[in-house]
Amino acid sequence: MKICCLVKEVPDAAVQKRIDPNTMRLDRSGEKNLNPFDTHALEAAMQIRESGVVQVDEIVAVTMGPESAVRALHKAVALGADRSVHLTDPALEGSDVNATGYALAKVLESEQPDLVLLGQQSDDGECYTIGAVVADHLQVPSLTQVIKIDVAEGKLTCERQAEYGYDTVEVELPAVISVGDAINEPRYPSLKAIMGAKKKPLDTKSAADVGIDTSEVGIEGSKTRVLAINPPPAKEPGEVFEDEDTDETVNKIVAWLEERKLV
Amino acid sequence: MASDERPPLNPRDLADLDFQLSDEERMIRDTVRAFVADRVTPNAAEWFEQGTLPRELAPELGKLGLLGMHLRGYGCAGASATAYGLACMELEAGDSGVRSLVSVQGSLAMYAIWRWGSEEQKREWLPRMASGEALGCFGLTEPDSGSDPGSMRTHARRVGGDWVLRGQKMWITNGSIADVAVVWARTDEGIRGFLVPRGTPGFTTQDIKGKLSLRASVTSELLLDDVRLPGDALLPGATSLRGPLSCLNEARFGIVWGVVGAARACFEAALDYSREREQFGKPIASFQLVQERLAEMAVEVNRAGLLALQLGRLKDAGRLHHQQVSLGKLANTNAALAVARSARQVLGANGIILEYPVIRHMANLETVVTYEGTADIHRLVLGEALTGVSAFR
Repeated sequence: MKICCLVKEVPDAAVQKRIDPNTMRLDRSGEKNLNPFDTHALEAAMQIRESGVVQVDEIVAVTMGPESAVRALHKAVALGADRSVHLTDPALEGSDVNATGYALAKVLESEQPDLVLLGQQSDDGECYTIGAVVADHLQVPSLTQVIKIDVAEGKLTCERQAEYGYDTVEVELPAVISVGDAINEPRYPSLKAIMGAKKKPLDTKSAADVGIDTSEVGIEGSKTRVLAINPPPAKEPGEVFEDEDTDETVNKIVAWLEERKLV
Repeated sequence: MASDERPPLNPRDLADLDFQLSDEERMIRDTVRAFVADRVTPNAAEWFEQGTLPRELAPELGKLGLLGMHLRGYGCAGASATAYGLACMELEAGDSGVRSLVSVQGSLAMYAIWRWGSEEQKREWLPRMASGEALGCFGLTEPDSGSDPGSMRTHARRVGGDWVLRGQKMWITNGSIADVAVVWARTDEGIRGFLVPRGTPGFTTQDIKGKLSLRASVTSELLLDDVRLPGDALLPGATSLRGPLSCLNEARFGIVWGVVGAARACFEAALDYSREREQFGKPIASFQLVQERLAEMAVEVNRAGLLALQLGRLKDAGRLHHQQVSLGKLANTNAALAVARSARQVLGANGIILEYPVIRHMANLETVVTYEGTADIHRLVLGEALTGVSAFR
C-alpha cells in the first residue's frame, strides 16, 4: 500500500491571524509551522504501517506552497513520511480551494497512492473541504471527520464523527480520508528523525511537471472572488444572573433553559 | 530604511535569537518545548511538592532522543552542542529537576563512559542509557570534598585482578534510581573511575531528605562498603582528576543554557501576570516600576540567551575553553536568579505558591548556582584566566 498525506504550511498558532486588506487574503507572514491537524494524518499513516495488517510500502508527504513550505515537509518526514513532494509554482499563487484541490489532485495522479490522508482542516483557512475537492477531481470516494480506521486489503472501515454519534462506513480504495483530531495522539518526532529529515528525498514539482492546466489555477483560474471582508458581528453580551438567593437563581436559570427548550 | 520584510518584533524573543538558529535547531527546540508543555509543565508543581520525579519520564526522554543526544554512536543522536543546549533550555523552562536528570544521564554518566570507557563498557551501557531503560549517576562529590574534589577520601585498591572500593559519595543526582554509578576513587595510580552496577554487594544508597530546592529530582548518598568489582569495571581512559572534570565541563555547558529556560519561564510568568493583575483600577503592567522590572528581566533573559548561543557555536566549532563555560555558568545562573527574584515580587503573594512556576524556579536555581562548580569557584576560574594567578590551587 502507498499512502500520500496532504500537508500544509500554516502560520504558527501563536501568530495573530489577519486578512490583508490589499490582497483580501490571509496574511501568512511571520512564524510558520506544519498544520497541526495534518500531524494526525501522518500519525494515522504511521499507525497503519505499524499495525502490520497491510504492508505499507511508502508514506509520501505532499504539499503545495511557496519555497518556505519545504520546512513543513521536513517536519512531515521527521514525523515518519519516507519522502516528500513539493508542488510550487508562481502560477499557483492565489488559488482558491477548488483550484488548490485540482492542483493537488494532479500531483496525486502522478503518485497513484492507494490511500490519501489529510487533516480535517487547515489551521489558517479552516475550510474543512480540501479532501472532498481532491477526491472529486480524482473521482474516488471521500470521507471526512474520520476518527477510526480499520484497514483491510483493498478497503477501509472507518468511523466518522457525526453530529449525533458515529457513522461506520466501509470504503473501497483508493480513497481520500480526512481525519479528525480525535483519531490519535501524534507522536513527537525523535531527534534522530529531525536530523535525518533533510536526507530524505524531496521532489520539487512545477505546475507543468504534473500536467496542471494553469488556466485552472491561481487568482485567474479560481472560481471564487472575495468581494469584501467584514469582521464577524459582535456577540451580544450574555445574560448574567447574580447569585443572591440560590433558589431564586436556580429557578431563573431553569426558566431560561426551558424558554429555549434546552431542558 | 526599515522594510516591511522584517518579521514583527517578538516580545518573548526581543533579541531575535530565533534568527540565529537553523531550521533543524528550531525544530528540535520546538519539539522539546511541546514535550515539556505536555508532560512537564502541568506536573512540575506536583512533583516538586511531593519531592519526586517519575521514573517513567526517562524512557519518554529517551524516545525523543534527548539522553546523551550530543554523543555519537551507541544509539545516541549525535546532535550538535547548540541543539543540546536548546534542549536543556526548554527542559529547564519546565523544571531544573528534569534538566538535571538529562544532564546527569547524558553529560556526566554517559559522557564518562563514552569518553573514558572501554568498547565493551560502551556497548553494554550506552544504548540502554540512551533509550532511558537504564539510568546512570555520577559519584564525585563527598561530604567533605566539594569544590576541592582532589581531596576525596573514597579509595580503590587492587585485590588480585579485582578492585575493592571504600568510601562515601554525597549529593548524587539520580543516586538511588540509577542502574549504574560512575564512581571516582583515589588509587595508587591516581584518581580513577569505576562502573558500579546497582545491587553490587556492599553498595547502598540513601536519599537526602528535607531539600527545599530541586525537589523534582532524586538526590542521594552513595555508600561503598568494601565493594568488590571485577577488573573490567575500571574506566580505562581516565587516569587523573581530568577524567571527572571533563564530564563536569559538559554538564556545565548544559546549565549555561538550562538556566536561560528557567529565567524565561519566570519572566513570561511575570509578564502575563502583570497584564492580568489589576490594582488601582488598571493592570499593574502599566506602572512604571513594574515595567522597569519587566525591562530588566528581558535584558537578562536575552543577554543570557545570546551568551549561551555564542558558547554553543564555539563548542560546535571546537574552540570552546572551560574558562568560557565558567563565564557562561557564572553569568547565566546569576542572571536567572535575579530574574526569578524580581519575577517573584511582580507576582506579589502569588509569587510564593506553587500554582505559579516562579517560586519553584527560584528555589531550584539556588541548587543550580551551587552544583557543577559554585558561582564563587567560577569567579576564581575567571580570576585565574584574567590574572594568570590561581587563588585556590
